[in-house]
Amino acid sequence: MTGLLSPELLSHIGRQTDPQREIVTRRDIRKYAVATGSRLPKYLDGDVAPPLFHLHLFWDVVPLDTLSPDGVFTDRLLPKFPLEKAMAGGLDIQYHQPIRPGDWLTATRTLSNIYEKVGRSGALIFYEVMMDIRNDAGSLVVSEKTTRILR
Amino acid sequence: MNPEPAIGMALPERHHHCDVVQQMLYNASLWNGHRIHFDMPYATEVEGYPGLVVAGPLLGDWLHQIVDEWLGDAGMITGIEYSNRVAAFVGETVTAGGTVTQYDPEKGSLTLEVFVKNDRDEVLAPGIITAQLQR
Repeated sequence: MTGLLSPELLSHIGRQTDPQREIVTRRDIRKYAVATGSRLPKYLDGDVAPPLFHLHLFWDVVPLDTLSPDGVFTDRLLPKFPLEKAMAGGLDIQYHQPIRPGDWLTATRTLSNIYEKVGRSGALIFYEVMMDIRNDAGSLVVSEKTTRILR
Repeated sequence: MNPEPAIGMALPERHHHCDVVQQMLYNASLWNGHRIHFDMPYATEVEGYPGLVVAGPLLGDWLHQIVDEWLGDAGMITGIEYSNRVAAFVGETVTAGGTVTQYDPEKGSLTLEVFVKNDRDEVLAPGIITAQLQR
């Protein structure tokens, strides 16, 4: 271990965002499907949402003046890390049921883990964010774990 | 499904030309304002990239599409694990494809290895998709 992670930093594990509730519209599904180059009529017509549509639905919509100069918003779920250069990350997603126009969905994000490793080029910090997306009946629709690496 | 899935079966590949208009529409659809995707002077001079970077999740979407188109109405994707390893740039043509690695005919459950690679055969985004056939 390289001792990059202070107890204060680790105390952020478990932190959650406020639930975010959004409605799914046919038009949003169609725009997303066209933009991804989909060729399946059920998505292009907006009858059902393609996988990964939840990225569109729950990407933070923030005022322009809160974006950093490179056009990125600061994720308020994350503490300030001692390493800041983001490397490739990974996604692990489970699809539990289809998403259709008219569905109201609620996402809750949790900072579920922070840990460090030593890579070939030095110390690396990993963090994981879990996102649970539920319908109004409370049942799980999509669950997603994002892992990001900082160097 | 016709033909019946089999371990080792390769799925039809698809080429994607990384077009700047598609980049713009995709990132706008997400509300992603990251300049590396649309601001050429910023991407090349400030960040040092050779061109505009294709949004990582779009490569992830192309992984899903390979399996989704192959499944058609016979089944659905139940999960994916993937990572963005190497960037793709606007103007490149990339290829998405996949192979069946596990198949349980009783349960109708499938596991597939999927990839997006560039024309130098570098894997940009490897992934593993699980799917379930209708029974």
